[in-house]
Amino acid sequence: MTDEQPPRPFVRRHHWIVRLTHWVTVLVLAGMITSGLQIYEAYARFGNRGGPLLPNPLDGAQFPRWSRLGGWLAGALNWHFALAWPLVTAGLIYVGYLVKSGEWRALLFRPRDVRGAIDMTQYYLHLRREHPPQGKHNPLQKLAYTGVIALGALAVLTGFAIYKPTQLSWLTALFGGFQAARYWHFWIVWIFVGFTIMHIILVFAVDPASLRAMLTGWYRGRFPSHD
Amino acid sequence: MTERQTPRRQGAKAQDIDRRAFVKLGVAGGAASLAAACGWDGGRLLQPGLLDISRVNDWVGEKVLFSPTHLARTYSPAERSAMLPSYFISGVTPMLRDPDRWRLRVQGLVEQPLDLSLDDLMRLPRTSYTVKHHCVEGWSAIASWHGVPVSAIVARCRPLRTARYISFESFDAGYSNGWDLASALHPQTILAFGMNDNPLPPAHGAPLRLYSPTKLGYKLTKYLVSMTFTDQRPGGYWEDQGYPWFGGI
Repeated sequence: MTDEQPPRPFVRRHHWIVRLTHWVTVLVLAGMITSGLQIYEAYARFGNRGGPLLPNPLDGAQFPRWSRLGGWLAGALNWHFALAWPLVTAGLIYVGYLVKSGEWRALLFRPRDVRGAIDMTQYYLHLRREHPPQGKHNPLQKLAYTGVIALGALAVLTGFAIYKPTQLSWLTALFGGFQAARYWHFWIVWIFVGFTIMHIILVFAVDPASLRAMLTGWYRGRFPSHD
Repeated sequence: MTERQTPRRQGAKAQDIDRRAFVKLGVAGGAASLAAACGWDGGRLLQPGLLDISRVNDWVGEKVLFSPTHLARTYSPAERSAMLPSYFISGVTPMLRDPDRWRLRVQGLVEQPLDLSLDDLMRLPRTSYTVKHHCVEGWSAIASWHGVPVSAIVARCRPLRTARYISFESFDAGYSNGWDLASALHPQTILAFGMNDNPLPPAHGAPLRLYSPTKLGYKLTKYLVSMTFTDQRPGGYWEDQGYPWFGGI
């Protein structure tokens, strides 16, 4: 690629529903996590009283004040339960759009993507020189995005298991009981945080043009916008 | 726990919020936490909105998720937790000066007000179960409780048709809780005079406390002195400070 090449044309990459739900989720998730850290402080361990605790390096942890939303337990609970509405709504609209538009095909990681995922991994590890050919997303991206959508669903389900352990006892039992459901709900947060950090790094390191695409919908980067 | 009070919002209804306010709140909520979480409770602008949504969530909990017949899972007495923390509002464990003179007053919108001694209560039909206790803080513990179903009291005091709530009042520094009638009539909602095969200890609300595995611990009034049937939603000690009113699990 040389500087003499004419600039690539803009192509439409993200529907407004995708952009809106993406940024709403960013904001709402930030509120969910920060109010969650405030809630965690009220009983910062996992296990029945007087019983064995689940292994947790953050036992008894107090998170810094700037990272907690709500001021005290009641305030944090009210934030958390209020923000659950826009979070679930945005998630359902997004998944509904993926299904209806057929865009799920470019996103869902399927068994046939395993080969390509290995190729991509080799490329990132400098074991392979050429960037493997790809559609809108490479197989590792598909894996990450499929995983994070599943993680979102899991976060909501474990949340309900903690919220109504008597009325939704079947759900709570599915996650191994009330304390285990709290445990998964809490650790899902750190997977989200890890995903977000990687996501931001890769946007700027690999494809900065994708940031504009997620804001305006228009893309002028080096990757295809359609499969 | 903070002593901060929030105004009672008993009149707040689900319809009070519109969709636009809801969306605004969602966006503002996230932005707020990004910019300056700093223990912010929403401030004067958003705090009322948060409490309104909490009332919507109460409504969902009461009308959609609560089942009057679904029973909480019970455990065997062998599974009891080694300890169950107790708490009260008073500086010292609330104790009766003269336990023999203690009575439970059943009053308000009822055909037959009652004045029940502990012996009277013990002569009524009894329920015992071993269940998991859930605290709003996130801890849980298993214990056995023995007492009279609230439904047995309701059958004897015969609430008027206008009665929709019960206020449970205590001698612990004015601690009280407001309950919807459906939760109070759940078969596992009892007035407990016993715990783990023993009389209810003072630390856990002697001589009589409300118990139900369908509610968080803060809804389970200890040191009971009266239950008042009302047509207006009664507040409660923590509920008036911002904790969810329904408190159902």
